[in-house]
Amino acid sequence: MKNLISTTAIALCLALPAGAEDYQPDPNAQSGGGIVITYKDDVATLDPAIGYDWQNWSMIKSLFDGLMDYDPGTTDLRPGLAESYTISDNGTVFTFQLRADVKFHNGREMTAEDVVYSLNRVTNPETQSPGAGFFWSIKGYDAVASGEAETLEGVTITGPSTVQIELSRPDATFLHVMALNFASVVPQEAVEAAGDDFGKSPVGTGAFSLAEWTIGQRLIFAKNDDYWRNGLPYLDQITFEVGQEPIVALLRLQNGEVDVPGDGIPPAKFQEVMGDPAQAERVVEGGQLHTGYITLNTQMPPFDNAEVRRAVNMAINKDRIIQIINGRAIPATQPLPPTMPGYTEGYEGYAFDPATARAMLAGAGFADGFETELYVMNTDPNPRIAQAIQQDLAGIGITAVIKSLAQANVIAAGGEKDQAPMIWSGGMAWIADFPDAANFYGPILGCSGAVQGGWNWSWYCNQELDAKSTEADAIVDPARAGERLEMWSEIYMEIMEDAPWVPVFNEQRYTMKSERMGGADALYVDPVSIPINYDYVFVTD
Amino acid sequence: MAGFFLRRLAQSLLILLGVSMITFVLLYWLPADPVRQIAGRSATPQTVENIRQQLGLDQPLWVQYWRYLGGLVQGDLGRSYLQKTEVSTLIASRLPASLLLMAGAIFAELLIGLSMGIIAALRRGTVTDQSLMIVSFIGVSAPQFVVGLLLLYVFAVQLGWFPIGGYGTFAHLVLPSMTLGILGSGWYSRMMRSSMIEVLRQDYIRTARAKGLNRMRIIFRHALPNAILPIIAMIGIDIGIFMGGIVVVESVFGWPGIGQLAWQAIQRVDIPIIMGVTLVSATAIVIGNLLADFISMIVDPRIRTR
Repeated sequence: MKNLISTTAIALCLALPAGAEDYQPDPNAQSGGGIVITYKDDVATLDPAIGYDWQNWSMIKSLFDGLMDYDPGTTDLRPGLAESYTISDNGTVFTFQLRADVKFHNGREMTAEDVVYSLNRVTNPETQSPGAGFFWSIKGYDAVASGEAETLEGVTITGPSTVQIELSRPDATFLHVMALNFASVVPQEAVEAAGDDFGKSPVGTGAFSLAEWTIGQRLIFAKNDDYWRNGLPYLDQITFEVGQEPIVALLRLQNGEVDVPGDGIPPAKFQEVMGDPAQAERVVEGGQLHTGYITLNTQMPPFDNAEVRRAVNMAINKDRIIQIINGRAIPATQPLPPTMPGYTEGYEGYAFDPATARAMLAGAGFADGFETELYVMNTDPNPRIAQAIQQDLAGIGITAVIKSLAQANVIAAGGEKDQAPMIWSGGMAWIADFPDAANFYGPILGCSGAVQGGWNWSWYCNQELDAKSTEADAIVDPARAGERLEMWSEIYMEIMEDAPWVPVFNEQRYTMKSERMGGADALYVDPVSIPINYDYVFVTD
Repeated sequence: MAGFFLRRLAQSLLILLGVSMITFVLLYWLPADPVRQIAGRSATPQTVENIRQQLGLDQPLWVQYWRYLGGLVQGDLGRSYLQKTEVSTLIASRLPASLLLMAGAIFAELLIGLSMGIIAALRRGTVTDQSLMIVSFIGVSAPQFVVGLLLLYVFAVQLGWFPIGGYGTFAHLVLPSMTLGILGSGWYSRMMRSSMIEVLRQDYIRTARAKGLNRMRIIFRHALPNAILPIIAMIGIDIGIFMGGIVVVESVFGWPGIGQLAWQAIQRVDIPIIMGVTLVSATAIVIGNLLADFISMIVDPRIRTR
């Protein structure tokens, strides 16, 4: 608190001014009408503390709001339910000023108490939230997570509509954390009334409210007329029809019955659709915060030798692998995908050069190559990709036996220190939870993930880089954001030097839409709302 | 008779107990960890352990099974791990759709199977007979997802006679019922054919013919009822085959039944739902078999004395 007062002047400068760089919605947008989205699987839950698959993620975004949000179609943070916020200069105290005009779907006005309740709820072990761990930096998190306390010590109400959150250490990603669905504000009375069924009868502050849910058939979202963002949403209604195979959804789209197939274009039909100009025109392509990679277990010989890992990096023909998936990706040069802030522009990565790779292998003492195992998830196209990798490795004398297993088995093998020398990440690859460079480090490349049952399958643990990442994330001043990203870029470049991974490709996203759908293309490949940003799209008929 | 029925009922309950036990153990030994599925990839080890404790999955197998059984006798199938909804609610809301589909499939398989069998029997040894039997053979062997997609493509996409998947009207019911029914119709046509041939050989048919009754009357009034009886008893057993088939057919046609629920739950390792659907299906199969026994008993009094 003392800290905060002494630095008010600086903090005020950091407060994000509303207005200046506000997102400008499409001037041609029309209100009214409804659209039909299809999915194969029924929606699991719409409880923002529980929902954690890419299907319900964007649906929850339209039903709920958090203190922070993103400009549509971008990875730029903007205030959500918070009108403005200040950060103390040491980066540990965030003060959010709430909007005054926000109502829940049940008609009650949202208050600071709701914000506090929501954060306490998501971190309470009884809620069983898969996202609880994201809030690790809030002071008092450990006590709540272990069941010793009911409320987070660091979250307090400091004014009629002011919430202050104190962190146990500076965390530059904290605003992104507050934009996660897990940080959505929920009304206590509705949560308690519904109990475990809150996920089936959600009440939020979002642009839409749940009007109907017929299990196994459809969900209908109705426009929230009292939505606090004026003029939004444009659509009166969204119908999600579930239980539709992607192939059936595509046929129905061609028949004019569906507006967006939520599961995308089925791989078997991809070339046919893209080969037909009339259909290809309605496909929006965009980047995805995704990287597919091969992990090389740095604890298992011979991959404990960095020279061997670098040689493997030069042996893989990424273009050929991309052909296997119909060109639905771009070659990756580094762990971060190109659309992620912190991506190192101009870095070419390891060139495909089997001759040099073979020489490097010989230099490392493996002139005759060696035998190893490549773990892979057993659903198409991953075994085919593994075969391509196998051939590439054979090209430099490495004999790799493919271990094609169920997803859970591959994950389990990767979580053991001495089991999987190589894993192709397809089907389990990392897609960012939030658009920040830090999200690609800790669990998959940092020391904290190199534990039994962890996701750091190359068991790469570089203490220096861990220290540097902590240092980078302590830079919370938005004015120094560039400096922070520069540090992250350096971290990933050092990782490439050590080569615990072979980054293979970054998957592209292809969203198909009906002719009547309007709005900028960016809304259809929104990095945080997959498949589309429901609040800003509209229909033209 | 009552003794026979009670004995079969007691056996059925034992079978269900066995099914619940075997399924529970199999799911327990599954390499996939349901807690990891719930926790997702960003969960800290602490979050994972918290969830494991909350769900009671840190307990030994027999404790977990005993708890499950305790709920079961009170009609409580537990709550879905991922959806948090009560499994009984999920199944109850989807069961009507599956039962409707099954009724449609039984109708389809009887209609197709019996007519094919009758025609083949009457045209025994001709090209018609042989072609029908080849068709029935294909019907028995063709994988249901292929049949489903083919029917969907031809009759819904190309000809536009039926909606492309979904649920709600009679038109929605036709293609999935056909897909499910085609498999059974292959069996029925063969059984009907041999049963009909058998009956047509009987003396009373010759008598009827000698009396000068017209051909249609002989077939439909005298031969058919006797030929059909042993086949009707098979319908109960069919329910078991359907329970396997609906998982595939419901997924292809987007039919909101318990097969689709099971399929989605399997992919997400949502054990309470898998258990629930397995038990409900097992119950349906057991009831079907009881029914088959019961019908056979009425149709064929010889069984009663056994």
